[in-house]
Amino acid sequence: MTSPDSASLLLNRRAFLGRTALGLGQVALASLLNPALLRGAPATSDVWRGVVNPLHFPAKAKRVIWLYMAGGPSHLETFDHKPKLAEMHGQPMPESITQGQQVAQLQGQKLNCFAPQYPFARFGQAGQEICTAFPRIASLADEICIVRSMHTDQINHDTAHTVMNTGTAISGRPSMGSWVLYGLGNECADLPGFVVMLSSGGGQDQPVATRQWSSGFLPSRFQGVRFQSGGDPVLYLNRPPGVDADGQRRVIEAVNQLNRQYDSVAHDPEIATRISQYEMAFKMQASVPGLMDLSGESAQTLEMYGTKGADGTFAANCLLARRLAERGVRFIQVYHRGWDHHGGIKTGIKTVSGLVDQASAALVTDLKRRGLLDDTLVIWCGEFGRTPMAQGDGRDHHIKGFSMWMAGAGVKPGFSYGATDEFGYNAVENPVHVHDLHATMLYLLGIDHLRLTYRFQGRDFRLTDVAGEVVKPLLA
Amino acid sequence: MKRITTLAWLGFAALAARAETNAPHAVATAGAVAFNRDIRPILSDNCFACHGPDSAKRKAKLRLDTREGLFAERDGKSIVKPGHPNQSELARRIATSDEDDLMPPPKSGKALTKVQMALLQRWIAEGAPWEGHWAYQPVRHPPVPEVKQPAWPNNDIDRFILARIEKERLAPSPEADRRSLIRRLSFDLTGLPPKPEDVRAFEQDPSLEAYGQWVERLLASPHFGERLAMYWLDVVRYADTDGFHADNYRSVWPYRDYVIRAFNADEPFDQFTIEQLAGDLLPNATLDQRVASTYNRLGRSTEEGGAQPKEYLAKYAADRARSVGTVWLAATTGCAECHDHKFDPITTRDFYRLEACFADIKEAGVGKREGSLVPSPEQAADLKRLDGQIAGLEQTLTNCTAELVEAQAKWAEATAADLTAGKQAWATVKPERVVSAGGATLTALDDLSVLSSGENPDHDTYTVTLCTDQPHLTAIELEALTHPTMKNGGLSRANGNFVLTDVEVEAARAGEATATRVELASAIADFSQDGYPVANAIDGKSDTGWAVAGHEKPADHRAVFTFAKPVAAGPDRTLTVRLKFESSFKQHAIGRFRLSLTSIDHPDLTGSGLPDAVAKALRQPAAARTPEQLDLLKRHFLAVTPLLDKPRAELAATRKEREALVARIPTTLMTVAVEPRVTRILPRGNWMNDSGDIVEPAPPEFLGGAPLKDRRATRLDLARWLVSRENPLTARVFVNRLWKLYFGVGISKQLDNFGVQGEWPTHPELLDWLAAEFMDSGWDVKHMVRLMVNSRTYRQSSQESEELRERDPFNRLYARQARFRIDAEMVRDNALSVAGLLVDKVGGPSVKPYQPAGYWDQLNFPKRTWENDTGEGLYRRGLYTFWCRTFLQPSLLAFDACPREESTAERMPSNTPLQALALLNDPTYVEAARVFAARVLRCGGSDANAAIDWAFNQALDRKPTATEREVLAGLLREELQRFSANPESASQLLAEGASPVPANLKAPELAAWTEVTRAILNLHETIERF
Repeated sequence: MTSPDSASLLLNRRAFLGRTALGLGQVALASLLNPALLRGAPATSDVWRGVVNPLHFPAKAKRVIWLYMAGGPSHLETFDHKPKLAEMHGQPMPESITQGQQVAQLQGQKLNCFAPQYPFARFGQAGQEICTAFPRIASLADEICIVRSMHTDQINHDTAHTVMNTGTAISGRPSMGSWVLYGLGNECADLPGFVVMLSSGGGQDQPVATRQWSSGFLPSRFQGVRFQSGGDPVLYLNRPPGVDADGQRRVIEAVNQLNRQYDSVAHDPEIATRISQYEMAFKMQASVPGLMDLSGESAQTLEMYGTKGADGTFAANCLLARRLAERGVRFIQVYHRGWDHHGGIKTGIKTVSGLVDQASAALVTDLKRRGLLDDTLVIWCGEFGRTPMAQGDGRDHHIKGFSMWMAGAGVKPGFSYGATDEFGYNAVENPVHVHDLHATMLYLLGIDHLRLTYRFQGRDFRLTDVAGEVVKPLLA
Repeated sequence: MKRITTLAWLGFAALAARAETNAPHAVATAGAVAFNRDIRPILSDNCFACHGPDSAKRKAKLRLDTREGLFAERDGKSIVKPGHPNQSELARRIATSDEDDLMPPPKSGKALTKVQMALLQRWIAEGAPWEGHWAYQPVRHPPVPEVKQPAWPNNDIDRFILARIEKERLAPSPEADRRSLIRRLSFDLTGLPPKPEDVRAFEQDPSLEAYGQWVERLLASPHFGERLAMYWLDVVRYADTDGFHADNYRSVWPYRDYVIRAFNADEPFDQFTIEQLAGDLLPNATLDQRVASTYNRLGRSTEEGGAQPKEYLAKYAADRARSVGTVWLAATTGCAECHDHKFDPITTRDFYRLEACFADIKEAGVGKREGSLVPSPEQAADLKRLDGQIAGLEQTLTNCTAELVEAQAKWAEATAADLTAGKQAWATVKPERVVSAGGATLTALDDLSVLSSGENPDHDTYTVTLCTDQPHLTAIELEALTHPTMKNGGLSRANGNFVLTDVEVEAARAGEATATRVELASAIADFSQDGYPVANAIDGKSDTGWAVAGHEKPADHRAVFTFAKPVAAGPDRTLTVRLKFESSFKQHAIGRFRLSLTSIDHPDLTGSGLPDAVAKALRQPAAARTPEQLDLLKRHFLAVTPLLDKPRAELAATRKEREALVARIPTTLMTVAVEPRVTRILPRGNWMNDSGDIVEPAPPEFLGGAPLKDRRATRLDLARWLVSRENPLTARVFVNRLWKLYFGVGISKQLDNFGVQGEWPTHPELLDWLAAEFMDSGWDVKHMVRLMVNSRTYRQSSQESEELRERDPFNRLYARQARFRIDAEMVRDNALSVAGLLVDKVGGPSVKPYQPAGYWDQLNFPKRTWENDTGEGLYRRGLYTFWCRTFLQPSLLAFDACPREESTAERMPSNTPLQALALLNDPTYVEAARVFAARVLRCGGSDANAAIDWAFNQALDRKPTATEREVLAGLLREELQRFSANPESASQLLAEGASPVPANLKAPELAAWTEVTRAILNLHETIERF
């Protein structure tokens, strides 16, 4: 199998470790496979430099922090104000809208309008309309770019997450973080380039599968690495009990010495890769605990996020996201699984807002004051929205129109885009599909979504499948 | 060369394309241009998307994927005029400087390289010979080529390989050393390392016979089937969980064991295919054949609330059409779900015809899967015996002897008298008031039952107020009654089933504000669904309840709740009954119910109460009873008479025994055939669109498939076609995959795509020869394995020469063996085996070795934790690890095991820091190291260097070099020093893992050796097959 890993490593090692004489053509080929080599990067480094080199466009963003609001945040209690629903509360939704449309748990039920559960107000100089249940995010109205016309294809959590992350409901495709890492490489030598963190609270605790950060058919070095708050922060990161850092170092050194010995006989480039992976593993054992240790953060910073330490809350994870961004991690996904409000949406929104509002805003503010917001793209988005129709005192899943926001690198601040109809049902003005969002995100990273492809089973696949257009009006 | 192809857009297209053309064949393709090798890939990659099989997207009605299209005349011009590039429109269009005419159009982002243009020109100039796509041509048995070194080949495989090597003016590599050979064979054929003593014996006898004998021994090993099963299970997407959303367990492991058995028994591959796809349809299908049919149900399924059955049935159907494409045809059929395939002649109709082949599989769109029993022979015998006993007892219980006839007459008379006298045990009472907390409308019907309608809240509590003349009460009876307005005429509006989470009763004197809670002592019901016993309704918990499977079998049911103490009643008192429906299943409230009260002492379901119909019959004068009533009375009497208490109790006990037995019998999701569902072409794959044509089952048309004329084709027809000579793919696909297992890379590298975008095989004649041999041998898998591993090609050294490294960097000529990391499961098996911890039992339920705490905390519905097995479950082979699709055991995942959500013919190998972390820190490997260390101390001798040699040899079957020994000795010294200074650390390390620590060994020494063995288990060589 000639994966990007093995092919390029095979060639670049052979070309540059000086073990073998190669024809000029292969040297040129090797440099093509890994242009970093020609720029004098250390040949033994296994930090992936990416295949989009040079970039297709000048990049506005160097990295992405995706605040993933899992469960399906109600657009009608966040960013999409629909007074009409309050007027028609309890009355049937017009059949002209709902006829023949897919619903999830409301199958066979009466479809009655359900009033927004919290008032909206206009915020910032831009006068962006935002639900008052999210005061901290609202206070950033002039910083964020709201899209109110999102739509997607799948109405159940699992498959909708898969669409949001991989561009299709069929499993086995790479997630967006893997694509970005594959395309751009990692800027950080001792941390994974794609990190995922999860928290929950505030709604039904819907599961999120590892598929959502899987590298699919891309090699698994591009998969997201989940950081946990309890136990090992990264799986198997902690040394065995009774083995101190020195002991572990000695074991790794012995392994690497023996592997070098073996390589001198076997001449297999995989061995050199193995050696560097053990070096990286050792570095991670030092760097990850340092990253997770928030004791160096000021009281003011902790307070701003609303956390006391790396305790697995969304707030702590947002702070960790900033620390990861500082260290050059390319793609950071911070899930909060708390938005599935089939019932009791009023209290649910209040609870979930208490868990995410402050920290979401703090992250943007913190990035900005550190100068990181200029080249970090922050995205706040879930897998779908919720119905304008009541499900008891909650709302069902909804895919025809929902809201999200972005902030930071290259995004037009204090701007709203797109709209749903007066019921908040269909995205009618400037609809933005998940593929469009992906295309736009890649564009901001300097990647043409049509050109970041990978051949699998004979077809050149891409994150945006066969669709997607960059939403130019969102760009600063 | 995927990698290089994807780099074409980097702006180095010429270089990349040249590499692409050259690299797979390693050496320049001198001589005539060959259409399939050189031309079709260029056309497919650059032209077929607009001028190919997809009729909807075809531009200018031009096809270049067919002979007719390519050589057609258009507006008086030839697309391709053989021998005349200058008169060929194709040649002009690819080279023109006119951007409007240029092909491919610049805006497509595609561009031909100069090399590709030259090849096309040359091909036309050479007369434009055309060939059909190689993989779709009938398999023929090609002649075996002549070679210049006739002494080298051991069999015909070698002749094909050597002929090519000779043509390239290269030489095969020398034979590998004995140690490499035996390790290679053992890993390849069983997935396990050889035992050191076997290695010694093998080294001492370098004869070809000894080699052949070792091959035979491995082929006969029970682990041979395990090794091939590991691979097959990826291909068929076997897993222990259902994959969507909650990702719950479902039992299919008997299928896994079937696969192992089949490979071990060398079941012919055609039969193996037929059994998996249609074992249930075979005449007199054996249990094994029905177990095999689990293949059809291995795909993912959902239990998610709010999922629409129709949508998910469409997903399952599409999954099957994709899977059968990957498993047997190496065809990317999935592309044709929404549109005709862009590259291959697979139409959307073909896709849905494939789906239709599986339309008879019984399954629900949403919900838990219930399997069929897979009893062992003993269990089957027990089951048969119990069924016989039950039948006998049932016979006894329905057999009206003269004695019973007489007793019945007396009983009827007496009971009728009681009835007339008003001494009926149960009195059905009309509720004074009924309130639904959730807002449902509750209406009393004439038969005193209460019906719900209107609002249908997710959760509800019915509060019923009753008043009775009876002076005291001992129990309450609840009848759940079917009604046509309920789902499927069942018991609730949700799905016909209800979950009664709690019953509460309060008694009060009229006019008093406070009521007294009535304690319920017991609950019995005429039926309870598995997992929902009626006792749940009085346990005070809202997350448990009584249910009766009304969604599966709508029928009336009743339950009796007995009071702990009799309750005073009477006209001046009221009884309040609250029926709570608060389960996670929404809208599972009883749709129609009736309450009755009694004052008798030991009320139960059968004795004291009389069913309405029985009472009605008894009230009739004996002579006026209808035949149905007489029959009813007889059945009722037999059911309640004390005369039959003994056989009745025996029956109950036997049934209980049977239930207990059934609970022990494994199950699997066998295929059960039902009347086929209608299959329609879904426009753009949209399951909500019913406008598409109805299709009949058939194999793909481009492979000669068509619906049968006289009857509907079945899965069995499809399976038989797949392994017929008419299908050119199955044999080629399978031998190519076997080849990959033993030579590192397929003859056609793309194991899962034999379509136009797949790879032209490096040795097409050899591939055909192998495919023909496979079929001619009666689809004998072991025969093919034997041929491959007995070849000299296989036995070559994997050490590459400078020349080969340069001329054939990707080893496509097979002039040496391949070296690669062993698969995830084998990484585990090897460490356990070296340590002496491996439990090499074959088959059985999946096991749970160590897994980091909290790894499953993102799963829900229900929340669950991974409980490590104890005992041998911790030390089984990797292929038995519980395969959770959405959270696969992370050590396996780190080494590229795939989640098996889709059929996967090849894992993407990688080399990552997470692998290093797993091998260093996963308790599995730490425990293996310390158990290994104890063995070293026991068996390795007292001299440290000798012991290092012994340990090294145990893991790697060789002595360390002096340098290697010194590295390990240094590690040992330093760690011994550290642990001696800090014995507490030593004890901590030795506490890792469940296996006992030998008491006679000193902790610091054992810990220090554990560090040494950890290092050895972490070596690249340890996890490499070479």
